[in-house]
Amino acid sequence: MGQIEWAMWANEQALASGLILITGGIVATAGQFTKWGFGAYSIAAGVFVCLLEYPRGKRRKGSTMERCGQKYLTRVVKVLGPLSKNYYVRAVLHLGLAVPAGFLLATLLGTACLAIASSIYLLAAFHGEQWTPIESKPKERPQVGGTIKQPPSNPPPRPPAEARKKPSEEEAAASAAVSGGPQENPVLVVDEVV
Amino acid sequence: MGNWVINYWLSVLFLATWLGLNVFLFVHAFLSYEKADKYFYTREILGSALAWARASARCLNFNSMLILLPVCRNLLSFLRGTCSFCRRSLRKQLDHNLTFHKLVAYMICLHTAIHIIAHLFNFEHYSRSRQATDGSLASILSTLSQQEKDEDSWLNPIQSPNMTVEHVTFTSIAGVTGVIITIALVLMVTSAMEFIRRSYFEVFWYTHHIFIIYFIGLGIHGIGGIVRGQTEESLNDSHPHRCAEFFKQWDNHDSYCKHPRFEGLPAESWKWILATGILYIFERILRFYRSKQKVVITKVVKHPSNVLELQMSKRGFSMEVGQYIFVNCPSISYLEWHPFTLTSAPEEDFFSIHIRAVGDWTESLIRAFEQKHSPMPRIEVDGPFGTVSEDVFQYEVAVLVGAGIGVTPFASILKSIWYKFWHADHNLKTQTIYFYWICRETGAFAWFSDLLASLEHEMEELGKVDFLNYHLFLTGWDTNIAGHATLNFDKATDILTGLKQKTSFGRPMWDNEFSTIANAHPKIGKAAC
Repeated sequence: MGQIEWAMWANEQALASGLILITGGIVATAGQFTKWGFGAYSIAAGVFVCLLEYPRGKRRKGSTMERCGQKYLTRVVKVLGPLSKNYYVRAVLHLGLAVPAGFLLATLLGTACLAIASSIYLLAAFHGEQWTPIESKPKERPQVGGTIKQPPSNPPPRPPAEARKKPSEEEAAASAAVSGGPQENPVLVVDEVV
Repeated sequence: MGNWVINYWLSVLFLATWLGLNVFLFVHAFLSYEKADKYFYTREILGSALAWARASARCLNFNSMLILLPVCRNLLSFLRGTCSFCRRSLRKQLDHNLTFHKLVAYMICLHTAIHIIAHLFNFEHYSRSRQATDGSLASILSTLSQQEKDEDSWLNPIQSPNMTVEHVTFTSIAGVTGVIITIALVLMVTSAMEFIRRSYFEVFWYTHHIFIIYFIGLGIHGIGGIVRGQTEESLNDSHPHRCAEFFKQWDNHDSYCKHPRFEGLPAESWKWILATGILYIFERILRFYRSKQKVVITKVVKHPSNVLELQMSKRGFSMEVGQYIFVNCPSISYLEWHPFTLTSAPEEDFFSIHIRAVGDWTESLIRAFEQKHSPMPRIEVDGPFGTVSEDVFQYEVAVLVGAGIGVTPFASILKSIWYKFWHADHNLKTQTIYFYWICRETGAFAWFSDLLASLEHEMEELGKVDFLNYHLFLTGWDTNIAGHATLNFDKATDILTGLKQKTSFGRPMWDNEFSTIANAHPKIGKAAC
């Protein structure tokens, strides 16, 4: 049990709670139930919770499956700072959001589920977990120009150091030399491709 | 398209039957509550929401009954074994038990949502009728219990105009159990999401056990009789078709119509879930019994890349190729059972599994076996399970494709083919095998390369070099590895695996492979994992 990241489960639970809050809120508001004002609140709270919880945080170990299209929301959630990063804050926030919805039967289930999510986040915070955004690494563009290096300045066949000033003819005739560069080939060299 | 039909017709038929039953039960219950005279007065207050709630309840009962069946793996093994005369395609359906379990779970979630929304409307309508002072039929019906001599003849569970729906919810058995079991359902679903299940299996496994709360709550959910219909007696003397419009005269002594009397619907959920509940209890008892049987560990081998091979034997254990077992190690965790494919052949006098360290449990297990000075941990085994891959032996030419971890059943199959070949088993029709092994890197499966190498060697000794043709495809290659390969092109053995066949990089081009094989042989059997 040592490697469990509670925040991941809390995240799923909170997302589900958000959806349940929205559904209960819609039922209460559309049906014009008594105290339907709590229903309208519940829709707003549910939408906020869903948007906050949609971007999945990065796992400590291993790769994390991103939710579809989460990178747009990640940018927004990142801006919120400690509200999103610190799980103690999230736990308190979710508990606070859940309480008003508890006064209406239609949204009561959402309250219970969000309260449970809040307690799992509290557990995650005790374990020192925090939310890190999943950011895609910028693609390394291969520098096409950089791989081309200057041709060697003193390619073989190289005359021995003493005779550097006078290149010997046998060595010059031996193999194909790289064209270009300061080397001047005494004999015409042809590249033979085998 | 034709291939798809041949492969999936039975699944489609099965799912269509299940969906059809759901639709039938829903529509039947819906019509019965929407049309029956017994609920005439109930509908007067509640409208159609009554029928929606009852119809979804019927489907919930049906699906809650079904959901326990696919997870009774010993029962499924028993069915598989007794139905050996059944067609293979029928028995193969049993392998998709977990998929069906998930589908039924989704259906339960859908009907739970319908049921709850319908009952929210029901409670709201009851509350409004109770508070109404317009003298309508609905409000008269709601005040019934206060006037009748027998206290039980009420219709509206909200007994006073000041009572809120929240109060009724938490003071009635149906309300309290409903809230509890829905919370249990939500927790089970969120912890069973694929991401959580694959990354943090223990969270899923332990949380999922709150299904016990779900089933107990479901069983007692209806005993309060909160859904009320007119009694038989009352229907006889004051039928709603006759009496409903004269509701203002019910109080009069000389009226033909008396006040209607109501009774609660008896609980019916328990009737649905009792049988499968008992079956599941038997299943868990059986798993416990089998786990208590002694498992002797005959050999422990440590392979490179943190792979542990455990060779064991157990009295009465018999396996076939391609099957798997569940393993439990009480010293690590009492409740966790993890599945492993059997890598030994049935012809051997032991059974073996290869365990790779991928998570908490596997790492603890490998560490426990590495302790030199402490006694070996006790292992419990349940199984074997799974459909046997014995079809492979019926074909003269077999094409076997194993990808990644899917190569493990082929260890069993290849070894078994080897033994059958050696003993000149007449049941073995296989003359040529084409084995395709695709994986990212061979490190974790070095033990399998050794197996291939030894098979290759033995084939050579027997002079049957073309019996086993294998191709290894590494998909996780980079320029370094490719560079090494080109440099060592002329060597007889492959530098990565030491096998005679050279490793290929990237994925196989199946069109080419299949057409080459098809041209060489007329009839081929294919197995993939």
